[in-house]
Amino acid sequence: MLTRNTSDVIVVGAGVVGAACAYYAARAGLTVTVLDRGPVAGGTTGAGEGNLLVSDKEPGPELELALLSLELWRELADGLPDRIEYEPKGGLVIASDQAGLAALRDFATRQGGAGVTAHEIPADRLHDLEPHLTSGLAGGFHYPQDAQVMPALAAAHLLRSGGGRIRPHLGEEVTEVITGASGEVRGVRTVNGEFHAPYVVNAAGTWGGELARRAGVELPVLPRRGFVLVTEPLPRVVRHKVYAADYIADVASGSAALQTSPVVEGTPAGPVLIGASRERVGFDRTLSTEALRRLAAGATALFPVLAGVRVMRTYAGFRPYLPDHLPAIGPDPRVPGLLHACGHEGAGIGLAPATGLLIARWLIHGQLPMNTEPFRPERFDPVP
Amino acid sequence: MPSSASDLYDVAIVGAGSAGLSGAVTAAELGLSVALLDTSAQVGGQFYRHPEPALGAVRPEALHHDWSAFRSLHRRLESVESSGVTRLAGHHVWAVTRDDADNADAWTVHAVTGADGDGERPVRVRARALLLATGAYERQLPFPGWTLPGVVGAGGAQAMLKSGLVLPGRRVVVAGSGPLLLAVASSLAHAGARVPAVVEASGYLGYARHMRTLAANPHKLAEAAVHGAALLRHGVRVRTRSAVTAVHGRDRVEAVTVSRLDRDWRPVAGTGRRVECDALAVGFGLAPQIELATALGCATRPAKDGTSALALDALQRTSVPGVWAAGETGGVGGAQLAIAEGELAAISIAARLSGRPAATAGGHVRSLRRRRDRMRAFADVMAAAHRPGPGWTRWLDDDTDVCRCEEVTAGRIREAVTDLGARDARTVKLLTRAGMGWCQGRMCGAAVACLAATGGDVPPSAERRPLAVPVTLAALASLAEPNTTPEPTGSDSTDGG
Ligand SMILES: Cc1cc2nc3c(=O)[nH]c(=O)nc-3n(C[C@H](O)[C@H](O)[C@H](O)COP(=O)(O)OP(=O)(O)OC[C@H]3O[C@@H](n4cnc5c(N)ncnc54)[C@H](O)[C@@H]3O)c2cc1C
Ligand SMILES: Cc1cc2nc3c(=O)[nH]c(=O)nc-3n(C[C@H](O)[C@H](O)[C@H](O)COP(=O)(O)OP(=O)(O)OC[C@H]3O[C@@H](n4cnc5c(N)ncnc54)[C@H](O)[C@@H]3O)c2cc1C
Repeated sequence: MLTRNTSDVIVVGAGVVGAACAYYAARAGLTVTVLDRGPVAGGTTGAGEGNLLVSDKEPGPELELALLSLELWRELADGLPDRIEYEPKGGLVIASDQAGLAALRDFATRQGGAGVTAHEIPADRLHDLEPHLTSGLAGGFHYPQDAQVMPALAAAHLLRSGGGRIRPHLGEEVTEVITGASGEVRGVRTVNGEFHAPYVVNAAGTWGGELARRAGVELPVLPRRGFVLVTEPLPRVVRHKVYAADYIADVASGSAALQTSPVVEGTPAGPVLIGASRERVGFDRTLSTEALRRLAAGATALFPVLAGVRVMRTYAGFRPYLPDHLPAIGPDPRVPGLLHACGHEGAGIGLAPATGLLIARWLIHGQLPMNTEPFRPERFDPVP
Repeated sequence: MPSSASDLYDVAIVGAGSAGLSGAVTAAELGLSVALLDTSAQVGGQFYRHPEPALGAVRPEALHHDWSAFRSLHRRLESVESSGVTRLAGHHVWAVTRDDADNADAWTVHAVTGADGDGERPVRVRARALLLATGAYERQLPFPGWTLPGVVGAGGAQAMLKSGLVLPGRRVVVAGSGPLLLAVASSLAHAGARVPAVVEASGYLGYARHMRTLAANPHKLAEAAVHGAALLRHGVRVRTRSAVTAVHGRDRVEAVTVSRLDRDWRPVAGTGRRVECDALAVGFGLAPQIELATALGCATRPAKDGTSALALDALQRTSVPGVWAAGETGGVGGAQLAIAEGELAAISIAARLSGRPAATAGGHVRSLRRRRDRMRAFADVMAAAHRPGPGWTRWLDDDTDVCRCEEVTAGRIREAVTDLGARDARTVKLLTRAGMGWCQGRMCGAAVACLAATGGDVPPSAERRPLAVPVTLAALASLAEPNTTPEPTGSDSTDGG
């Protein structure tokens, strides 16, 4: 039966990851229904900063995904409207002392083997790249591949660019994944009705665990809170994405405690973004003055000129993370027809296109084009 | 009274307008220690604005019909100031947080000082209870030409008159909706301006349906009658069911077009009439200023005028234990209501802190509550009568700037809704930058929310905005350092006394 509510695949979640899955599936010729209980980019995507980074990633499966994604973002930037604010501005990672610089050098060398470009910048040349950077630093590394996109606009434009094959339904909360006699996916039930398709993609971000449960499986996605500071608009005082070396340690850390080593960057519209803290406190939006203090202190330590600049607002978002800090991407063997594309933690904007491409390839060809073993959704099941 | 900032006050009151002032004197008279913080250098808030002493105004009360209530509050403040109230003027409160250190029942109020909030160091004030009396700001709806010099807020024009005695122009059209318009027009006329027209978007019929509530508020009727009479005397015409739908002029206002509206506020084609003027004072009522409260998680309610107000119980308590609110934060209702609510809140706080809930059961509290309820009921009638009709968006051209800070047009916002999947003000903001600029959506928030709502009723947006005022990075960065002791503001005898 082919009705308004029937399509080849249903994507749950209109964040950047869901939008990318829908985009690549539609481009491959499939009809896609996108369901979200809220507006487009109303989840974590609307709180993300849009850094597309390879500089912070260790060689390994996530870096591979990030490198593919960066290439895809470049392609997308050519096809989508300018307004997604794609900017290949490059990243600058700073070391304050010689030991830090040595660690960075070692990190960059290992990344080099995996396809990441990084140039060492001696202390006396840092100011050529960033004139307002504080003095007395030991040096740094320039990562020309790091880029930037405006996440909410990117999600919105991806959803619009599916050649008429993407049907977004907003305000539809998925309450249940409908399965057939042998447990295979038939569609979903929402608060307003039913949608039918043989495939359902879980792109529910931080709420992906909940959606998985509604399909009868476990996926331990948890929130990791982050605050971002947004300043008043300024002429361009920060040109790259600038952060201190300890950021990398924070990103990789599994600790619940508050961690803050801010990434400082200017935006085309003028405000400087300073983000983001990392802390595991559940879905608590209460303002943490300690998080704000550390972000502000970190940013002004890197750029003393920012001291007198006013913060206009701050907001919190909840990164979707899995215990091993890798996303869940691909089919779920426990429920035929169910796929997952969630749990990207602090890199979901960056990793969205590669994730979408992988999901679309699997839908079309029944196989994944690269080694996605580390992203298997069922990897957290207790070993029988 | 706490002498150093790390000490604990019984209550911190944010806002020294009618509500906060009344709350402060009542609380102090009940024996509580009070920290009273306000952005402004003077007490009195929006209503009891008065000329800077330096301007040498002879009779500030000439601009107020309720000056005696303020005089009495001010006298009471002076007599408790040495004992119970620490006045912290010029303190911009940017956030309130719950203390999680030793005392889970305490609040820290974070403020910055300096005229622009750029004072060197942040100030923290700790208290066992919190009373939010931050008032309201003027609601604006855009129309073609509203960014031209000479277009000012109606409330702003009133405030300018009260505090600086300056007129926005010589021929001033007053437009928008709400009871404030008549007061503004009569003040302008009184101060010597010509007011060619008062243009009110709603009909006054809304009031007539609630004669019982009106009859129970004779004071309000008297107030309206005073303004009405004053306007007649000055030959001012009030045009109801009409709106300014365009402003003309090259470098500043030269004239406006006034059009008739249908009951949904849709302009009726062919009814536009040109009115010459050199200024336009416009406002569509007030919207509660509740960021500090919503950032704490206080529940809101949709008010009858389409704004979002704090949800409060019979004793002025918010949904967050330990946090009270009074005045316009609970819904716009005027200075007298604010005074009653401030008093009620203070009594409720005192009862709670002393562990004697019975203190709120006496005859005085009962009559205070009755008065409050009566005035709230009247405020609701007024609010409903001036709720913007959904048709107002029809007077927007696609190229009318809706967000003036970021120069986002109505067309861009409509596109975000129809093509990009925005359904609420927050998403429109993300996709267009509307509301991301200097005013952080105070000017355009109401309009954006209306445009974002896809038909039907407009859901008021109570978006959380954790910083109530901008704060420098240096101030944030120094938060861990020992606190700066707040410097209380002494009572200055020239001040309203
Ligand atoms: C402060 C902060 C800064 C960040 N900075 C960056 C950065 O610079 N670079 C980067 O790459 N990443 C960054 N991230 C991480 C990034 O934002 C996320 O990884 C990414 O947005 C996740 O996208 P998503 O589409 O998976 O999830 P979301 O955007 O959260 O989308 C999930 C959607 O699913 C919907 N949904 C959930 N359950 C249901 C249901 N049952 N029915 C219907 N709909 C449902 C939700 O409404 C939501 O819209 C940051 C995150 C934070 C918090
Ligand atoms: C522009 C304007 C003009 C008005 N004109 C009239 C009129 O002519 N006639 C009439 O009857 N009513 C008028 N009103 C309504 C009248 O002012 C209110 O009914 C009355 O003032 C309500 O008292 P309040 O205490 O609730 O708020 P307010 O009097 O508004 O007091 C709130 C106080 O809180 C302070 N504050 C707010 N946020 C912060 C913060 N973050 N940190 C520190 N301090 C803060 C403000 O500085 C202000 O002093 C007007 C209102 C406005 C906004």
